[in-house]
Amino acid sequence: MSVLVYTEHAEGKFKKSSFEVVSYGAAIAQQLGTNLVALSIGNVSSDELNKLAQYGASKILSVSEDAYKSFVNQAYGAVIAQAAQKEGANVVVLSASFSGKGLAPRVAVKLNAAYVDGAVSLPDTTNGFMVRKGAFSGKAFADVSISSENKVIALMPNAYKVVENSQNPNVEAFTPVAGSNDFATMIKEIVRASDKVSLPDAELVVSAGRGMKGPENWGMIEELAQLLGAATACSKPVSDAHWRPHSEHVGQTGIAVSPNLYIAIGISGAIQHLAGVSSSKVIVVINKDPEAPFFKAADYGIVGDAFEVVPQLISAIKEFKAVNA
Amino acid sequence: MKILVCISNVPDTTTKINFTDDHKSFVSNGVTFIINPYDEIALTRALEISEANAGSTVTVIHVGDASAEPTIRKALAIGATDAVRINANARDAFFVASQIANYAKEQGFDLILTGRESIDYNGAQVASMIGELLNIPSISIVKSLTLDGTTVTLEREIEGGKEVISCPLPLVASASEGMAEPRIAGMRGIMSARTKTLAVIEPSDVPALQTITNYDKPAPRSQVKLVNVDDVKGLVTLLNQEAKVI
Ligand SMILES: Cc1cc2nc3c(=O)[nH]c(=O)nc-3n(C[C@H](O)[C@H](O)[C@H](O)COP(=O)(O)OP(=O)(O)OC[C@H]3O[C@@H](n4cnc5c(N)ncnc54)[C@H](O)[C@@H]3O)c2cc1C
Repeated sequence: MSVLVYTEHAEGKFKKSSFEVVSYGAAIAQQLGTNLVALSIGNVSSDELNKLAQYGASKILSVSEDAYKSFVNQAYGAVIAQAAQKEGANVVVLSASFSGKGLAPRVAVKLNAAYVDGAVSLPDTTNGFMVRKGAFSGKAFADVSISSENKVIALMPNAYKVVENSQNPNVEAFTPVAGSNDFATMIKEIVRASDKVSLPDAELVVSAGRGMKGPENWGMIEELAQLLGAATACSKPVSDAHWRPHSEHVGQTGIAVSPNLYIAIGISGAIQHLAGVSSSKVIVVINKDPEAPFFKAADYGIVGDAFEVVPQLISAIKEFKAVNA
Repeated sequence: MKILVCISNVPDTTTKINFTDDHKSFVSNGVTFIINPYDEIALTRALEISEANAGSTVTVIHVGDASAEPTIRKALAIGATDAVRINANARDAFFVASQIANYAKEQGFDLILTGRESIDYNGAQVASMIGELLNIPSISIVKSLTLDGTTVTLEREIEGGKEVISCPLPLVASASEGMAEPRIAGMRGIMSARTKTLAVIEPSDVPALQTITNYDKPAPRSQVKLVNVDDVKGLVTLLNQEAKVI
């Protein structure tokens, strides 16, 4: 028995969500009285691989064959399932990232495992195996009881804190066996907006809505986000009108986020919007309408015109940073 | 092109969610059900592809009981060729994916589309599971899908960017925002939907692997703390010293 986590990287560097799954996996392994194995696929330096040991991986499997250099959903799913079988892992954890969400169900089918997407806390193993996940797009939580012996869990980004838990680095090469149809798809291009903070796993989010009047007014939103090191987001009508890309749309039919801080500017707080953001730890609302429903779902609020408040907020943060630098 | 679109029947997005007193089930009394919004996007893209490729068909499939038939008829009204309902209680995602994969295996589809996730249980599992059960590629959370002969080019969301992928048919893809602008059913569509085929098929035997044993609503937030518009600096201080988020 053991616990296996799949750790994603971008161009050889592990993402924060990978350290989250390692920390989470290590805690499950401890609950079950077993060890944690981390799996990495693609080109990652040994220094980088060793970092996984800092968060509790007692063994690190690395697949570095050229064929597996770039992400292929079907092939990677097969590798994860094989690694689980090799290690006798009956709990497999991935991040509920865009790639993780595609991979995990394939792994689950291969392992005859139940799969829970979007886990928000550690499983309850006192009596069986129960995992809490978000449901009804942020409007509720559901506790899922798993009856199968094997389990696959995708952990919601930013839901579990990274915990240091140093182990001796122990990296082992792993050579998977490719299936007949594993490499049918091919990546033609990857486009990355490298200067931007990625939204789904961002710790801070600055979001704006129709109250901004038009795309030409987003300069101050971007400036505020950049100052804070935050990702930018928007309400659905804003992306529907192509003021902002669809990838920034948060809510029930967009991306669900749970950052430490969510700042909503000129957003009314419709039920569909709240659904995707209500698990944020702290919510700040800036809206000129004191009756805006968002104030009922907020921790802090300013009733005022965004075109006056945001520039003041930008100077106040600059001042704060100058003093606290 | 033979296209299969999987649709689920979900509470309208404005629904206030409530559970029974024992927290064991969702109260559906008085709730309006709709086609899952992402499935509507998938259906629209399927119709666009079928219109551009003469002789194509678009079949919609739903696993569930007869209460979902208005939603299935709506998919027919939007333009699907025909519909199939697997007559079973959708016990978990693996059960649903297995039923659909079994049907698809018999019928042979070139392209299978789903929504990226249902807005009720947010499982995000069915597309990839069907792909795995049929041993064909699956691409999740796709915001653009174009067909050129038998090659499909897809754009998939990734953190901080996108990935452009080329893939042969057959293929399963799950749709997100951007793949198409959902269509609305017109009067003619609604009329013709009444006479389109809605086949009802009995399920195959598949074990359930999980059950939801408890639901909770998130704890309500405490009263909002309003900061005066003349004291924006005060907000920064609160965020730093009280909330400790900056
Ligand atoms: C099926 C369905 C799914 C949906 N899914 C989503 C979803 O996932 N995400 C989503 O966001 N929405 C979703 N919606 C839409 C949702 O119902 C709302 O229409 C939308 O969230 C409103 O966006 P908004 O707050 O930007 O705009 P509005 O509702 O127009 O609100 C604008 C706000 O800005 C304020 N304002 C105006 N000027 C200023 C100013 N100068 N300074 C400060 N404040 C100002 C106003 O007081 C108002 O509160 C969905 C709707 C449907 C039907």
